[in-house]
Amino acid sequence: MALSIKYFARVRDALGTSGETLAWNATWQTVDDLRQALCARGGAWAETLSREEIHCARNQQIAAWNDPIADGDEIAFFPPVTGG
Amino acid sequence: MAKDAVTIRVQSEDFDPGVETQRLHEADPTVGAVATFLGLVRAHPQEDGAVTTMTLEHYPGMTEKALAAIVDEARRRWPLTAVTVIHRVGPLAVGDRIVFVGCASSHRAAAFAACEFLMDYLKTRAPFWKKEATASGETRWVEARASDEERALRW
Repeated sequence: MALSIKYFARVRDALGTSGETLAWNATWQTVDDLRQALCARGGAWAETLSREEIHCARNQQIAAWNDPIADGDEIAFFPPVTGG
Repeated sequence: MAKDAVTIRVQSEDFDPGVETQRLHEADPTVGAVATFLGLVRAHPQEDGAVTTMTLEHYPGMTEKALAAIVDEARRRWPLTAVTVIHRVGPLAVGDRIVFVGCASSHRAAAFAACEFLMDYLKTRAPFWKKEATASGETRWVEARASDEERALRW
Protein backbone atom coordinates (compact mmCIF):
# COMPACT_ATOMS: atom_id res chain seq x y z
CA MET A 1 0.00 0.00 0.00
CA ALA A 2 1.03 3.63 0.17
CA LEU A 3 0.26 7.06 1.60
CA SER A 4 -1.64 9.69 -0.35
CA ILE A 5 -0.12 13.07 0.48
CA LYS A 6 -1.69 16.43 -0.38
CA TYR A 7 -0.28 19.95 -0.19
CA PHE A 8 -2.41 23.09 -0.19
CA ALA A 9 -2.11 26.86 -0.70
CA ARG A 10 1.32 28.37 0.02
CA VAL A 11 2.70 24.97 1.00
CA ARG A 12 1.84 23.64 -2.45
CA ASP A 13 3.33 26.75 -4.10
CA ALA A 14 6.56 26.40 -2.11
CA LEU A 15 6.91 22.67 -2.86
CA GLY A 16 5.82 22.95 -6.49
CA THR A 17 3.42 20.01 -6.24
CA SER A 18 -0.17 19.48 -5.08
CA GLY A 19 0.46 15.96 -3.89
CA GLU A 20 2.11 12.60 -4.31
CA THR A 21 1.78 8.93 -3.54
CA LEU A 22 4.52 7.72 -1.23
CA ALA A 23 5.47 4.09 -0.57
CA TRP A 24 4.68 3.08 3.02
CA ASN A 25 7.64 2.85 5.39
CA ALA A 26 6.99 0.54 8.32
CA THR A 27 9.27 2.57 10.60
CA TRP A 28 6.85 5.53 10.55
CA GLN A 29 4.71 5.63 13.67
CA THR A 30 3.47 9.20 13.86
CA VAL A 31 2.51 11.98 11.49
CA ASP A 32 5.71 13.74 12.56
CA ASP A 33 7.80 10.77 11.37
CA LEU A 34 6.43 11.36 7.88
CA ARG A 35 7.09 15.10 8.18
CA GLN A 36 10.71 14.41 9.18
CA ALA A 37 11.12 12.08 6.21
CA LEU A 38 9.82 14.77 3.84
CA CYS A 39 12.03 17.43 5.48
CA ALA A 40 15.03 15.17 4.89
CA ARG A 41 14.63 15.91 1.17
CA GLY A 42 16.16 19.28 2.04
CA GLY A 43 15.67 22.63 0.26
CA ALA A 44 12.08 23.88 0.09
CA TRP A 45 10.87 20.67 1.77
CA ALA A 46 12.87 21.26 4.93
CA GLU A 47 12.20 24.99 4.90
CA THR A 48 8.43 24.69 4.39
CA LEU A 49 7.43 21.62 6.37
CA SER A 50 9.55 22.44 9.44
CA ARG A 51 7.66 25.71 9.96
CA GLU A 52 5.85 25.87 13.26
CA GLU A 53 2.58 27.17 11.82
CA ILE A 54 2.13 24.30 9.35
CA HIS A 55 -0.96 22.17 9.99
CA CYS A 56 -1.55 18.55 9.17
CA ALA A 57 -4.68 16.50 8.57
CA ARG A 58 -4.91 12.73 8.71
CA ASN A 59 -7.76 11.21 6.70
CA GLN A 60 -9.38 14.66 6.43
CA GLN A 61 -9.33 15.34 10.19
CA ILE A 62 -6.96 17.86 11.83
CA ALA A 63 -4.08 15.87 13.33
CA ALA A 64 -1.50 16.50 16.03
CA TRP A 65 2.13 15.77 15.15
CA ASN A 66 2.25 12.83 17.54
CA ASP A 67 -0.92 11.22 16.14
CA PRO A 68 -0.38 7.72 14.78
CA ILE A 69 0.00 7.15 11.04
CA ALA A 70 -0.95 4.00 9.12
CA ASP A 71 -0.52 2.52 5.69
CA GLY A 72 -3.24 3.79 3.34
CA ASP A 73 -3.73 7.11 5.12
CA GLU A 74 -4.44 10.38 3.33
CA ILE A 75 -2.17 13.01 4.88
CA ALA A 76 -2.38 16.72 4.06
CA PHE A 77 -0.05 19.61 4.92
CA PHE A 78 -1.29 23.20 4.77
CA PRO A 79 -0.85 26.69 6.25
CA PRO A 80 -3.26 28.30 8.75
CA VAL A 81 -6.72 28.61 7.22
CA THR A 82 -8.06 31.98 5.99
CA GLY A 83 -11.62 31.39 4.81
CA GLY A 84 -14.84 33.20 5.62
CA MET B 1 -34.06 19.44 14.27
CA ALA B 2 -34.55 17.39 11.14
CA LYS B 3 -31.39 16.43 9.30
CA ASP B 4 -32.73 18.05 6.13
CA ALA B 5 -32.79 21.37 8.00
CA VAL B 6 -28.99 21.50 7.70
CA THR B 7 -27.63 22.84 4.42
CA ILE B 8 -23.88 22.92 3.76
CA ARG B 9 -22.64 23.89 0.32
CA VAL B 10 -19.17 24.63 -1.05
CA GLN B 11 -19.61 26.03 -4.55
CA SER B 12 -18.15 28.34 -7.18
CA GLU B 13 -21.56 29.78 -8.11
CA ASP B 14 -23.07 32.82 -6.43
CA PHE B 15 -26.07 32.42 -4.11
CA ASP B 16 -29.15 34.53 -3.30
CA PRO B 17 -29.18 35.58 0.40
CA GLY B 18 -32.91 36.35 0.21
CA VAL B 19 -33.76 32.90 -1.09
CA GLU B 20 -31.49 31.26 1.50
CA THR B 21 -33.02 33.28 4.34
CA GLN B 22 -36.54 32.35 3.23
CA ARG B 23 -35.59 28.65 3.13
CA LEU B 24 -34.47 28.81 6.77
CA HIS B 25 -37.98 29.42 8.08
CA GLU B 26 -40.61 28.71 5.41
CA ALA B 27 -41.04 25.03 6.34
CA ASP B 28 -41.33 25.55 10.10
CA PRO B 29 -43.91 27.86 11.76
CA THR B 30 -42.14 27.53 15.14
CA VAL B 31 -39.23 29.67 13.89
CA GLY B 32 -39.34 33.08 15.51
CA ALA B 33 -35.87 34.33 14.60
CA VAL B 34 -33.41 34.00 11.74
CA ALA B 35 -29.92 35.50 12.08
CA THR B 36 -27.79 35.63 8.95
CA PHE B 37 -24.23 36.68 8.14
CA LEU B 38 -23.07 37.63 4.65
CA GLY B 39 -19.32 37.90 3.96
CA LEU B 40 -18.04 39.89 0.96
CA VAL B 41 -14.74 40.43 -0.84
CA ARG B 42 -13.78 43.92 0.29
CA ALA B 43 -11.52 46.57 -1.15
CA HIS B 44 -8.61 47.90 0.93
CA PRO B 45 -8.53 51.49 -0.39
CA GLN B 46 -6.05 52.63 2.29
CA GLU B 47 -3.39 50.15 1.21
CA ASP B 48 -0.96 50.20 -1.68
CA GLY B 49 -1.64 47.54 -4.27
CA ALA B 50 -5.36 47.41 -3.54
CA VAL B 51 -6.96 44.01 -3.99
CA THR B 52 -9.00 43.56 -7.15
CA THR B 53 -9.58 39.82 -7.20
CA MET B 54 -9.34 36.94 -4.78
CA THR B 55 -9.12 33.19 -5.26
CA LEU B 56 -10.56 30.85 -2.66
CA GLU B 57 -8.94 27.43 -2.43
CA HIS B 58 -10.28 24.55 -0.33
CA TYR B 59 -9.59 20.91 0.52
CA PRO B 60 -12.42 19.00 -1.21
CA GLY B 61 -13.85 16.43 1.14
CA MET B 62 -12.25 17.73 4.33
CA THR B 63 -13.82 21.18 3.99
CA GLU B 64 -17.34 19.74 3.90
CA LYS B 65 -16.58 17.45 6.86
CA ALA B 66 -15.12 20.34 8.87
CA LEU B 67 -18.18 22.50 8.19
CA ALA B 68 -20.50 19.63 9.18
CA ALA B 69 -18.59 19.19 12.45
CA ILE B 70 -18.85 22.93 13.20
CA VAL B 71 -22.60 22.89 12.50
CA ASP B 72 -23.02 19.82 14.74
CA GLU B 73 -21.23 21.68 17.53
CA ALA B 74 -23.53 24.70 17.11
CA ARG B 75 -26.61 22.43 17.22
CA ARG B 76 -25.27 20.84 20.41
CA ARG B 77 -24.93 24.25 22.06
CA TRP B 78 -28.12 26.03 20.91
CA PRO B 79 -31.71 24.99 20.07
CA LEU B 80 -31.61 25.57 16.31
CA THR B 81 -34.42 24.79 13.90
CA ALA B 82 -32.37 25.13 10.72
CA VAL B 83 -28.79 26.02 9.74
CA THR B 84 -27.35 26.98 6.35
CA VAL B 85 -23.65 27.45 5.56
CA ILE B 86 -22.62 28.33 2.00
CA HIS B 87 -19.01 29.11 1.10
CA ARG B 88 -17.81 30.00 -2.38
CA VAL B 89 -14.52 28.84 -3.90
CA GLY B 90 -12.57 29.87 -7.00
CA PRO B 91 -11.98 33.36 -8.40
CA LEU B 92 -13.98 36.24 -6.87
CA ALA B 93 -13.95 40.02 -7.38
CA VAL B 94 -14.32 42.92 -4.94
CA GLY B 95 -17.97 43.12 -3.91
CA ASP B 96 -18.67 39.43 -4.54
CA ARG B 97 -20.39 37.35 -1.89
CA ILE B 98 -18.03 34.79 -0.26
CA VAL B 99 -19.94 33.22 2.60
CA PHE B 100 -23.45 32.95 3.99
CA VAL B 101 -24.32 31.63 7.43
CA GLY B 102 -27.94 31.51 8.58
CA CYS B 103 -29.42 30.16 11.81
CA ALA B 104 -33.11 29.75 12.59
CA SER B 105 -34.47 29.30 16.11
CA SER B 106 -37.56 30.04 18.18
CA HIS B 107 -35.90 33.07 19.74
CA ARG B 108 -33.23 35.55 18.71
CA ALA B 109 -30.59 34.84 21.37
CA ALA B 110 -29.80 31.36 20.05
CA ALA B 111 -29.92 32.50 16.42
CA PHE B 112 -27.53 35.43 17.01
CA ALA B 113 -25.08 33.44 19.12
CA ALA B 114 -24.99 30.40 16.84
CA CYS B 115 -24.47 32.58 13.76
CA GLU B 116 -21.45 34.33 15.30
CA PHE B 117 -20.06 31.05 16.66
CA LEU B 118 -20.33 29.42 13.22
CA MET B 119 -18.44 32.28 11.54
CA ASP B 120 -15.72 32.36 14.23
CA TYR B 121 -15.21 28.59 13.94
CA LEU B 122 -15.44 28.55 10.15
CA LYS B 123 -12.71 31.20 9.87
CA THR B 124 -10.29 29.27 12.07
CA ARG B 125 -11.17 25.59 11.54
CA ALA B 126 -12.45 25.03 7.99
CA PRO B 127 -9.75 24.46 5.34
CA PHE B 128 -10.13 27.44 3.02
CA TRP B 129 -7.28 29.68 1.86
CA LYS B 130 -7.50 33.12 0.25
CA LYS B 131 -5.06 34.37 -2.36
CA GLU B 132 -5.32 38.06 -3.25
CA ALA B 133 -4.34 39.67 -6.55
CA THR B 134 -3.74 43.37 -7.09
CA ALA B 135 -4.43 45.39 -10.25
CA SER B 136 -0.75 45.01 -11.21
CA GLY B 137 -1.20 41.23 -11.18
CA GLU B 138 0.84 40.61 -8.04
CA THR B 139 -0.56 37.77 -5.93
CA ARG B 140 -0.16 37.03 -2.23
CA TRP B 141 -1.62 34.49 0.19
CA VAL B 142 -3.68 36.11 2.94
CA GLU B 143 -2.10 35.74 6.39
CA ALA B 144 -4.14 34.18 9.20
CA ARG B 145 -4.95 36.74 11.90
CA ALA B 146 -4.41 36.12 15.60
CA SER B 147 -7.58 38.14 16.30
CA ASP B 148 -9.65 35.52 14.46
CA GLU B 149 -8.24 32.74 16.66
CA GLU B 150 -8.89 34.87 19.77
CA ARG B 151 -12.51 35.32 18.70
CA ALA B 152 -12.92 31.56 18.19
CA LEU B 153 -11.42 30.83 21.61
CA ARG B 154 -14.13 32.91 23.32
CA TRP B 155 -16.70 30.15 22.77
